[in-house]
Amino acid sequence: MPQEAMIDIRDLSVGFSGSDGRARAVLRNIDLQIQAGQSVGLVGESGSGKSTLALAAMGYLKTGLRVFGGRAHFCGTDMFSLGRPQLQALRGGKIALIPQNSGQSLTPTMRVGVQMAEALALHSALPAAAHGQRSLELLKRVRLPDPQAILARYPHELSGGQQQRVAIAMALAGEPAALLLDEPTTGLDVTTQAHILELLREINAQTGTAMVYVSHDLGAIARVCDRVLVLYAGEVVADGSVRAVLRAPAHPYAHGLLASIPRLSDARMPAALDGRPPAPGEAGPACAFAPRCALAQERCSTERPPLRSLASGEQVRCHFAEQTPTIARAQSRLARTAQQSEVQALNLEQLGVSYARPNWWEQLLGRAPSASLTVQDVNLQLGPGETLALVGESGSGKSTILKALAGLLAPAQGRIAFSNEAPLAAEVEQRSPSDLRKIQLIFQNPDDSLNPRHTVAQILAQPLELYFKLGHHEIEQRSIALLERVRLGAHYMDRLPSQMSGGEKQRVAIARAFAAEPDVVLCDEVTSALDVSVQAAVLDLLDELRAQRGTAYLFVSHDLAVVRALAHRVAVLYQGRLCEIGPAASVYAQPLHPYTRVLLGAVLEPDPDHVPQLLADDVLESSPPAQGCPFQRRCPKHQGDRCDGETPPWQDAGSHLVRCHIPLAQLSQALAPGTEVRHVG
Amino acid sequence: MRSIFQILKEVAARPSGAIGLVLVLLHILIAVGSPWVVPYDFKAISALDILTPPDAKHWFGTDQMGRDVLTRTLLGGREALLVTAIATPMAVFWGGLLGIYLGLAGGRRDDIIMRVVDAFLSLPWILKMLLLIVTFGNGIHVLIPTLAFFYGIPVIRIARAAAHTVVARDYVLAARARGEKRITIIRRELLPNVLDALMVEGAMRWSWMLLAFSSLSFLGFGVSPPTPDWGLMVADSRTFLPLAPWAGLFPIVFLSSLIIGINMLADALAKTLGVDRAQKAPI
Amino acid sequence: MFKLLLRRILLGGLTVAIVSLIIFGAVEMLPGDACTALLRQDAQGDTLRVCREELGLDKPATSRYLDWMAGAVKGDFGLTAHRNKEVSELVGDRLKNSLLLGLCALALGVPLAFALGIAAALKRDRWLDLIVSSLAIAAMTIPEFVSATLLILVFSGWLSWLPGIVTASANAPVSAFFPQIILPVVVLAMVMTAHILRTVRSSMLEVLDSDYVRMATLKGVPYRRMILRHVLPNALLPAINVVALTVAWLLGGVVVIETVFNYPGLGRLMVGAISDRDLGLVQAIALIVSTVYVLVNLSADILSLLANPRLRTSLGRSH
Repeated sequence: MPQEAMIDIRDLSVGFSGSDGRARAVLRNIDLQIQAGQSVGLVGESGSGKSTLALAAMGYLKTGLRVFGGRAHFCGTDMFSLGRPQLQALRGGKIALIPQNSGQSLTPTMRVGVQMAEALALHSALPAAAHGQRSLELLKRVRLPDPQAILARYPHELSGGQQQRVAIAMALAGEPAALLLDEPTTGLDVTTQAHILELLREINAQTGTAMVYVSHDLGAIARVCDRVLVLYAGEVVADGSVRAVLRAPAHPYAHGLLASIPRLSDARMPAALDGRPPAPGEAGPACAFAPRCALAQERCSTERPPLRSLASGEQVRCHFAEQTPTIARAQSRLARTAQQSEVQALNLEQLGVSYARPNWWEQLLGRAPSASLTVQDVNLQLGPGETLALVGESGSGKSTILKALAGLLAPAQGRIAFSNEAPLAAEVEQRSPSDLRKIQLIFQNPDDSLNPRHTVAQILAQPLELYFKLGHHEIEQRSIALLERVRLGAHYMDRLPSQMSGGEKQRVAIARAFAAEPDVVLCDEVTSALDVSVQAAVLDLLDELRAQRGTAYLFVSHDLAVVRALAHRVAVLYQGRLCEIGPAASVYAQPLHPYTRVLLGAVLEPDPDHVPQLLADDVLESSPPAQGCPFQRRCPKHQGDRCDGETPPWQDAGSHLVRCHIPLAQLSQALAPGTEVRHVG
Repeated sequence: MRSIFQILKEVAARPSGAIGLVLVLLHILIAVGSPWVVPYDFKAISALDILTPPDAKHWFGTDQMGRDVLTRTLLGGREALLVTAIATPMAVFWGGLLGIYLGLAGGRRDDIIMRVVDAFLSLPWILKMLLLIVTFGNGIHVLIPTLAFFYGIPVIRIARAAAHTVVARDYVLAARARGEKRITIIRRELLPNVLDALMVEGAMRWSWMLLAFSSLSFLGFGVSPPTPDWGLMVADSRTFLPLAPWAGLFPIVFLSSLIIGINMLADALAKTLGVDRAQKAPI
Repeated sequence: MFKLLLRRILLGGLTVAIVSLIIFGAVEMLPGDACTALLRQDAQGDTLRVCREELGLDKPATSRYLDWMAGAVKGDFGLTAHRNKEVSELVGDRLKNSLLLGLCALALGVPLAFALGIAAALKRDRWLDLIVSSLAIAAMTIPEFVSATLLILVFSGWLSWLPGIVTASANAPVSAFFPQIILPVVVLAMVMTAHILRTVRSSMLEVLDSDYVRMATLKGVPYRRMILRHVLPNALLPAINVVALTVAWLLGGVVVIETVFNYPGLGRLMVGAISDRDLGLVQAIALIVSTVYVLVNLSADILSLLANPRLRTSLGRSH
């Protein structure tokens, strides 16, 4: 007889009334039982309803939503029928939330210590005098260094990772039986993410707290959860152990999702999943995934599949789940190679950029600002038709380099040139039209990079008019051709950005960049704001365009798996300085620079057996050190004064270059087991 | 881009917009057509008919000089509407232009000019206007530029803030990176997005200007008698107000309904265009 | 942080300096000067020249400006156009009266505005909110002379509860102004309250919808504590600046009210001075009024700085 579930949600349907009065469901007939100590992941993309479900477990619905049917129980109590005082007693106490964006979720006018004490006052039996001590203990528990100082600070004075840990500590204050985590690591750096996930694992193991982990990131879920539910269009479409669902997904959507995620270990391009998920409340009465499904038959559009158990123990909502393994992987090829050439497309020499402005004293004396350069000493060559990726975490200077290349930020030092030609003018206003045409920029956020008042036709006409001085008719012809190139049709010409999805807008931005027929395209985190299943299609498009036109890409990303699939060569940056550069295959196979190892070690894979290696602490540095190696304060292989004082030399490892004092032979050794992770004070 | 007609249609669909539109159009109609409809000469005084309450002969009664209140009330908005209808677009135009320029230029020029603007705003509006009126007279050739100048100054702030927001957007950055000329960027990327805020601000400016105009007339510095004007009429009626409230109440109703109408229109416009109306003190 | 405070204070001083230049320059550019106002029809030829020499008006503009500012700092603005009174004495009395009016209005209006704004936001879209918001809009859009006239009609004319006109003289002690001051204070407070109320309400609504208030709800914080500790401190901060702006407006709007009620304040003095072309008096009043404005804004800025933790610390954004 299974013990009673701690979180017991049965047949829950939640939704809102649309502008036409019709009921639109955001969650449909959800069944979810979670036992004490279990760690369950809720996976889905935007519009899947996963956050709504997690909050419903606390009896909370966003304004405008209401319960259509079913129930949500916690420890036997019906959360939706409780009065306010009872809800207040439970929330933050036995069931606690760790929110997505902790920076916004902590009250700005109250110090951290005060907010922690508030949580303790509400949910623990401790007398007020003991709150301070307990707060310190909780902060130590979440591995925050110098907890005394943190208690005295305001939320905005902490880094993202610190804020998240504070949120975790506050949730633990009430000694909860269940924790709800709503995308707790989204937006954090790779190394910070890895550390926080380890912390969560530890908490789950030590205290036996049940965890409901909502995320779109399958890698995070693989690391933390035993069981995972996949949500699509407000329904549970797969429910099983992490191993079963991630290794051998039975539902076609889960299968497609996993195939579309790029992996570190796999150099192939991820396979795109066509179409896009329905908007919240838009799904029809039959199988919501049928329009995109490779196995879809007539039955799927008329009959809604029930959730049924398979032999493996997994539960699946599909008529034809047994046939899922037969779905052919759409593409399994490597990124198209670039031609070898002597002539470089782009040459960066000794590039240095600074955001600092000279203060009035320095202005008077005509001196440059004294703060260290944000980016320094960057030498890069970009071959024609190749993709060079710039990777690094926040503060690495990768976006700064792109801005300098585009002429939006004047470099403090160095020169940028197309091969064999005169250097480019520093400011975009001074560049010649042909130079301007050759470099194009694509931004991260498609919502922001297209003027909301312009139609697609107007957006595409702008570069065509500017660079080619074409007539009206010609412009129209070319625009349609461009749209077809990016796999959108001519019927998009009259659309406004508000009428398109994120993926479609990004394609328009790509079309706009290619309208100029550039030699180099600068890509600034171009897939980071897109849903996972949409990312793969855009990556494929980018690669295809590059191969056809012979354009070179400078591809900035924090996602190392995406880079692995797309890039020919990789440059690793830390605090605006190059650490390692070489062909992607060799850098990933044999990372030499200590930072590259830290970075690659921390990357998560959607594989429950993959264990990330945490080689360095996740301290965020705000500025590079004035001298010596940029990584000196966090390096696990720190060599003392030499690293602090001298700039490390470039070493040639045959296939790639590394900038480090440590001799190559030692770098290639694995880190000795038991090496203490250095904690920076 | 939505045309003016489409915007007006959407505004009229909202209840506040419909009421506002009706009130404003009604007043414009009255202002334009009244000279042909009024029963009496607005100057005609009559020693016999002083302060008579509303009756069949004088629907709105008479004032302390025996003049017909209905006639004067219907005509009372003409000068106010004429002056403000011309001065408002002027104010929005010059304030908007300067504000957009400053928002883009930034740097020293921006700092200095904003300091001067701040200093200007620290002087009470009445002082500034009275100085000019007293020196140069109170004909409309003085009132219009004066109002346009002083009421354009707060528009600078709004336009500048709007320009700042838009300039930070990626699509403007994209246009710069492409190498578009500055003037093209302003015209194509900035203006359509800033125009919305300016339109709403323009409606608000109109209502503040009417308020100022009628206050000036009330004080005796606006319209000169015997030209009828609501502010002037209220001032005139003060002494006998408890005895003959109609002489003051009718102009008050007309003036208030026009200002409220404009405000409702501005509110509906703001909601339609999606502009956030930060409530600030007038001028 | 002291650097920030110092910067603000210096900027305030700079603004006053610029204002003084504007005032002086504007008056310079207007046709006529103290002598033409004094002598009127006789202002010509030798009489004019002698007068100008006596009053020091023949000196170059820059030295006259410096003399004026030097005197102003000490509180000495010279004599009125008719050479019969000390400007500082005249202005001093009127200033006291206007300040009385303003402070009473503030004491009435500000707490009322906050209370109503907060209540309207907490009961959003219900009847309390609708009534309060409509009244606020009405009070904001109707000109003060209209509301003043209406109130006089009702409370003084028909009900005879309150005097509709102020008969106390300019140099009367404060107590002599009651109860005559009640109606003017009410009218002034009405407009002020309306503006502040709207801002408080919209600020509250913004905070009530924020992520951290939602988090506090999900943390189980009881309603009362949430409003007091999580909502109000964050919502009321922006209101400080609006209060300052409204006070500044007050300095201008008070003219109409003083005229309607015959109140012996700075506003009426100013209108009279302008009509009389008493430029020295006008300059003095303008300088004083704008200095008060700058001081009020400065205090609001400093208060904001102290109250808002984000502005205080070096990691917070400064603008």
